[in-house]
Amino acid sequence: MAKTLITLTVNGKKIEQAVEPRTLLVHFLREELNLTGTHIGCETSHCGACTVDLDGKSVKSCTVFAVQAEGSTVLTVEGLAVGGKLHAVQEGFTQEHGLQCGFCTPGMMIRAYRLLQENPNPSEEEIRTGMSGNLCRCTGYQNIVKAVQHAAKKLQATPKAA
Amino acid sequence: MNAPTNERQQKLAGIGESRLRKEDARFIQGKGNYVDDIKLPGMVHLDVVRSQYAHARIKKIDKTKALALPGVLAVLTADDLKPLKLHWMPTLAGDVQAVLADEKVHFQMQEVAVVIADDRYIAADAVELVEVEYEELPAVIDPNAALQPGAPVLREDLAGKTEGAHGKRTHPNHIFTWEAGDKAKADAAFGRAEITVEQQMLYPRVHPSPMETCGCVASFDPVRGELTTWMTSQAPHVVRTVVSLLSGLPESKIRIISPDIGGGFGNKVPVYPGYVCAIVASIVLGRPVKWVEDRIENLSTTGFGRDYHMTGELAATKDGRITGLRVHVVADHGAFDAQAAPTKQPAGLFDICSGSYDIPAAYTRVDGVYTNKAPGGVSYRCSFRVTEAAYLIERMVDVLAQKLGMDKVEIRTKNFIRKEQFPYKSAFGWEYDSGDYHTALNKVLDAVDYKGLRAEQAEKRKKGELMGIGISTFTEIVGAGPSRICDILGLGMFDSCEIRVHPTGSAIARMGTINQGQGHPTTYAQIIATELGIPSDEIQVEEGDTSTAPYGLGTYGSRSTPLAGAAIAMASRKIHAKAKTIAANLLEVGENDLVWEIDRFKVKGDDAKFKTMKDVAWAAYHQPPPGLEPGLEAVHYYDPPNYTYPFGAYVCVVDIDKFTGEAKVRRFYALDDCGTRINPMIIEGQIHGGLTEGYAVAMGQQLVFDREGNIQGNTFMDYFVPTAVETPKWETDFTVTPSPHHPIGAKGVAESPHVGSVPCFTNAIVDAFAHLGVTHVDMPHNAYRVWKTIEELHVNK
Repeated sequence: MAKTLITLTVNGKKIEQAVEPRTLLVHFLREELNLTGTHIGCETSHCGACTVDLDGKSVKSCTVFAVQAEGSTVLTVEGLAVGGKLHAVQEGFTQEHGLQCGFCTPGMMIRAYRLLQENPNPSEEEIRTGMSGNLCRCTGYQNIVKAVQHAAKKLQATPKAA
Repeated sequence: MNAPTNERQQKLAGIGESRLRKEDARFIQGKGNYVDDIKLPGMVHLDVVRSQYAHARIKKIDKTKALALPGVLAVLTADDLKPLKLHWMPTLAGDVQAVLADEKVHFQMQEVAVVIADDRYIAADAVELVEVEYEELPAVIDPNAALQPGAPVLREDLAGKTEGAHGKRTHPNHIFTWEAGDKAKADAAFGRAEITVEQQMLYPRVHPSPMETCGCVASFDPVRGELTTWMTSQAPHVVRTVVSLLSGLPESKIRIISPDIGGGFGNKVPVYPGYVCAIVASIVLGRPVKWVEDRIENLSTTGFGRDYHMTGELAATKDGRITGLRVHVVADHGAFDAQAAPTKQPAGLFDICSGSYDIPAAYTRVDGVYTNKAPGGVSYRCSFRVTEAAYLIERMVDVLAQKLGMDKVEIRTKNFIRKEQFPYKSAFGWEYDSGDYHTALNKVLDAVDYKGLRAEQAEKRKKGELMGIGISTFTEIVGAGPSRICDILGLGMFDSCEIRVHPTGSAIARMGTINQGQGHPTTYAQIIATELGIPSDEIQVEEGDTSTAPYGLGTYGSRSTPLAGAAIAMASRKIHAKAKTIAANLLEVGENDLVWEIDRFKVKGDDAKFKTMKDVAWAAYHQPPPGLEPGLEAVHYYDPPNYTYPFGAYVCVVDIDKFTGEAKVRRFYALDDCGTRINPMIIEGQIHGGLTEGYAVAMGQQLVFDREGNIQGNTFMDYFVPTAVETPKWETDFTVTPSPHHPIGAKGVAESPHVGSVPCFTNAIVDAFAHLGVTHVDMPHNAYRVWKTIEELHVNK
């Protein structure tokens, strides 16, 4: 199948690559760029395991074509930590036992990262609603809520870290 | 304890500490290694052609168009597997299952052919190009209808076989009859009963649906004749044995690796056709082959749970003392009996259905039935059929209480096995190891102000509002199990641990279990830390690679802590004994002159003379005592003397909107007793997760089929997985009643909250309608179904 050249920025790195027009963004990230932290849990955009940040919005990369990301800036779980220092969201998830099998975790964290920029001081209900596009079968969400609260607190204490 | 010892104790982070998880670092940085993350040079992709019919004869399969597509390497059907005798495979339950449909399809989405292609997109294209011609046959969906005379015969391959793996078959669609307890004694109890109740109930077909679906990467090396397969398996060692038996390859040339697993919940215990086909394709092509199912395939074909059509009966005195229990179950196993349970137990541990109650006479019978649905019968976050059993008895005591006009707490406290009766032998023959049910329930009732809740409910009922209070006081049976009574395909259900202490005092430990999120790398190290005085942070835990780990039966049925946890303690104690000999030699005293304190052997009465485990480790490699083998390591295979019996007391409060049918869980209070607690943080996390899965099952999950056997909901659009919005907030509590036979007194915990909560939710829903004469409503209690109950009762006017 004929390929299309796309240019985009992924985790701060400029990428230029030819892809089949039907290639899904999640497969492009996982199989072409070897960024396997973004997972596939369904293929109907319900579970959110494939959530990435695309131009400042949370999107489910299993229902976005790679060609749609032309010219975009993408952030995946691999880009959360900067200079070897964990992002507050990553710290929150481990400190509050917000993960078990770890499969939904990258999508959860990328969503939490964006949520906390949309709403830096969310209530518990706002966190539950804001995270409701991401499914988890292990934790029952209670510790995920705590993890996001932990991150919110930390980000507010150090505003520049965001 | 003085300050320095306290500090040393803390440094260990041993049993009882809420130690943060060591495995998190890779998961939060996107560096987990799940099956679909594995990429090997030359790897190709397998996809599956599936049946659109639930029951049909295959007239013809035409591969031509698929094979003509560039990038397609092979298309395999049952006829291609026949020469290898791999078109059928044995199941764990003593039946056979078609790997690829052989002449007939028996359920919708059954595997008919597989396509192997250069990438997953081409494979998916090729699946569409395989042309299969079918002759549709009448489908049998209802298990009771399947047993009627003249019902369509599903399994023609079993024609004329009146003996199955579990005794006599009474109908072509009948799999087995299994009985437990004493029928005559139970019948006699019913004959003289002052009061009896009977209730039919369905525990619907549900699916564990872990976030990661099932899959594998099979890589056969034709030069070395070795097969390595990365697989989403909760039991990699058993898979290795099965693959060896099926393929004829020596077990020593097969390596099964369970890498990081994205949740299992029972879904990843069986061996699936996709695994077999990927392995065959890799052997045929000499290239690595990846198969990863999608969510629709996962929900439609791999490992469902439950589907128990149950009738319970209780006999009792007028004042509420239970005198007898009878249960009959029609168990829908689907097209092949692929139940994942100890091989000789076709209904698993269902005969724990007398629950927490001292019932003198009991009898149960389960009839397994074939229908045109996917095979399975896995233990969805429970020990084999224990969830069904707990649901049955926890519902039945409520039914009895309502008949007697008795409080649902009183019926329980009156019939509980009392603390002093342990170890307690049930009417079904199980020996309950330990328990204190009254203390647990009382603690919960105080915490929720039960009397206050009942008073509030009475007020609400006067106003026509619907409020329900559900109670569940369950007992589990976990940790399968003693090899004298249970095995899988003849393999005793022990588990194992190997520990090596390195010269500088750190250690590596490997077990036959496999983590899927339960926290093994963290908690297992804590057991060793306490036993051997090596800090948890210096202990590496590895599982899941059959070439490095000792043989074990895997992780399911809450068996990791009861078995591997025990094996860890026992292996540690072997090392400890040797370490003591070495320490005595170093200190030039007799072993009897030494005492153990946290991380060191001390000479009695002389605090200044001691050797730490670290000192001992160095000596073990540097200068062992004369005549003693160098090194410091041990292996232990633990065959438990009994199961363990965790228990709990739960209360659920629901408010039902009588106009919409929406049931809101206002409060859920869960007290669990899992014996000794290794890591309270992880226990609490497991309980949150189990309660949430219980909530999902009770309130929304069901695999529904129409009359033709079409599955009606096999995506996350239709199959209910609660989000953070619906999920209730959980309150947890505990008591500690150690298991007397487990080396550290632990019982296992992760499944209790699922087993215990499902009946608690139903009991709360029924309780909301109890004053209107309702004794039972079947799950799931979604808004539509609850609204229908309200409509029937005319209370929404």
